[in-house]
Amino acid sequence: MAEKVLITGNIAAAQGAIYAGCRHYFGYPITPQSDVVEFFAAELPKLGGYFVQTESECTSINMLYGCACTGVRCMTSSSSTGFSLMMEGLSTIAAAEVSCVVMNVQRGGPGAGSTQTAQMDYLQAVKGGGHGGYKMVVLAPATVQECFDFVQIAFYLADKYRHPAMVLTDAMIGQMMESVELVTHDFGPLPEKPWAVKCGREGGKRGNMIHNAPGIWSLYKDYQVRITDKYKKMAEQEVRVKTYDIEDADLIIVSFGSSARSGLGAYEMARRDGRKVGFIRPISLWPFPTQVIREAAKTTKHFLVVEDNLGQMVEDVDHAVQGRAEVHFLGMLARHLPDSSGMIFPHTIYQEVKKYI
Amino acid sequence: MAEIEIDVERCKGCTYCVIQCPQDCIVMSDKFNSKGYIYPDFKNSEECTGCTACARLCPDFAITVYG
Amino acid sequence: MSEQKAGKKVIYHKPESAFETSSLFCAGCQHSIIARVVCEAIDEMGIQGDAVGVSGVGCHGMCHVYMDVDFVFALHGRAPGTATGIKRGLSNKGIVFTFQGDGDLAAIGLGDILSAVNRGEKLTTIFFNNAGYGTTGGQMAPTTLQGQVTTTSPEGRDAASHGYPVHMAEMMASMRGVAYSARVALIGLKNFMSAKKAVKTAFQKQIDNVGYGFVEFVCTCPPGWGMNPPKSIQWLEKAMLEEYPLGELKNVDIIE
Repeated sequence: MAEKVLITGNIAAAQGAIYAGCRHYFGYPITPQSDVVEFFAAELPKLGGYFVQTESECTSINMLYGCACTGVRCMTSSSSTGFSLMMEGLSTIAAAEVSCVVMNVQRGGPGAGSTQTAQMDYLQAVKGGGHGGYKMVVLAPATVQECFDFVQIAFYLADKYRHPAMVLTDAMIGQMMESVELVTHDFGPLPEKPWAVKCGREGGKRGNMIHNAPGIWSLYKDYQVRITDKYKKMAEQEVRVKTYDIEDADLIIVSFGSSARSGLGAYEMARRDGRKVGFIRPISLWPFPTQVIREAAKTTKHFLVVEDNLGQMVEDVDHAVQGRAEVHFLGMLARHLPDSSGMIFPHTIYQEVKKYI
Repeated sequence: MAEIEIDVERCKGCTYCVIQCPQDCIVMSDKFNSKGYIYPDFKNSEECTGCTACARLCPDFAITVYG
Repeated sequence: MSEQKAGKKVIYHKPESAFETSSLFCAGCQHSIIARVVCEAIDEMGIQGDAVGVSGVGCHGMCHVYMDVDFVFALHGRAPGTATGIKRGLSNKGIVFTFQGDGDLAAIGLGDILSAVNRGEKLTTIFFNNAGYGTTGGQMAPTTLQGQVTTTSPEGRDAASHGYPVHMAEMMASMRGVAYSARVALIGLKNFMSAKKAVKTAFQKQIDNVGYGFVEFVCTCPPGWGMNPPKSIQWLEKAMLEEYPLGELKNVDIIE
């Protein structure tokens, strides 16, 4: 029987990395995910691993890039404003096509925003926050167990595609406690890493050169053709989504991560009252479950997108629906607001549902 | 008594070998290579001691020293 | 290049760990000579199979075409952090060194190099000081001399608006984590040999796990300085070496 523990989402994500065999982490303190940095500082040396506290998130991502070039499993994490300092580095890692995992525990933005929970980095995460239009699988946990599981999936996908992978959580998921079953998932065989730089090369000769300039040190067109095919494969094979009663639904709630907890609650309340409401929870934010939503748009009349920001994923839902149904939005302003924080509660969402059906 | 061989096609006419040769064995010629650079000539070969200064300080790996 | 020439054998052509690539550099640029010095050091220390180079962004970023060792391209100014990641990924084995220019290391990457040293890294850095940004056409760099005309100091660099030339070898020598810091140049064979010795000593500090090794090469940039190669050698000897004196600034075998 696997060990069960009561831990926070942040620690669950860090444990996920350990259980995935990650022994290299580089990070910088930032609310609300400093405990991830502290966890690795304490645990990695015990496991013969390597932890480095860097002088900035910019150095964290560049250190991660270097470590990934040696082919070992490695990770960094930060939060919104810190994560933005990693954009150039992420673009470089995507161009160099080396495997690693990054995690953004979102807080309010823009700028230093607020230290409280938010989902305001959706577009940065899925549209390639850095320059050059790279893509990357982005997984959004909605439970503490999923933080543990999704980091392991991210490491698997990073190695499978020789690419960075991201886990996107937020202060709520990161700091809430739930029980977690600690087990190493085996997702199957993975490709070797002959591309990694290493020491102790026989014959002394250069084995590898890893660079981030496909248009300078290799033929740009070859890169573009190859990367288009790679992203197409990822988009076809790595969509992850959960759906609830969408076949006969007149209105479908769509929400991810922490908002999906309230979305699910509202869906259950509506069904109990006999209302034909469905619920779609994107788990992979990229590749986005466009087909599932496009299909459902043929039968339903309304979509209600619920997210803890001012309107970001709603764009992708709108794109998927293509006018076949109405797309409504309920965002951050629906937080019960005695003050600036608060949350979007299930009953708040249910009231909104009643406006349409 | 040593001597050098200059791969004139690699030369970019920077004259460092001329400057660095302690024995002044190398002087710029008036001939061009295919890229249009004037390249040097190994003139006073008797003076050459094979010290390798020219070859080591050539930015274009154009000189080989024989001894 | 024939093996034999009238019964004589080759005394010298190029180091074992150097590729014979046709030069990408401007005529008279000493960057490729610096790569040759480092390759000779690698040969003589027998570390070709363990060396991993990290190159920053700038003219020095093209030195890898000459160097038969594993190489990783870092972002502008971030080579020390990337090199740290590589070193940890190799479980602190391997000889990891960075190639960085004055824009890469002393401008955008100044925080990165100082933090790497402060973190106690045992890396080796080869610093190319040619008093300007070569790749982008000769702009002012932190190492540009007072009064030196560049495309971004058209009236000559003046302290009031452009600040002061930065002395990296001295700055590094003042830091506890540095085990070796020296400034060298490539004018004449003696210079070349002492530069190679400096590079070998810096690598040795990494091999012996003592501390950070730093070698600053004062080198020419004919087009950036607006001179032909011979003049750039003279200007280097007269102006650059006056501002940036050569020598060994720190060499310790133990760091408390």
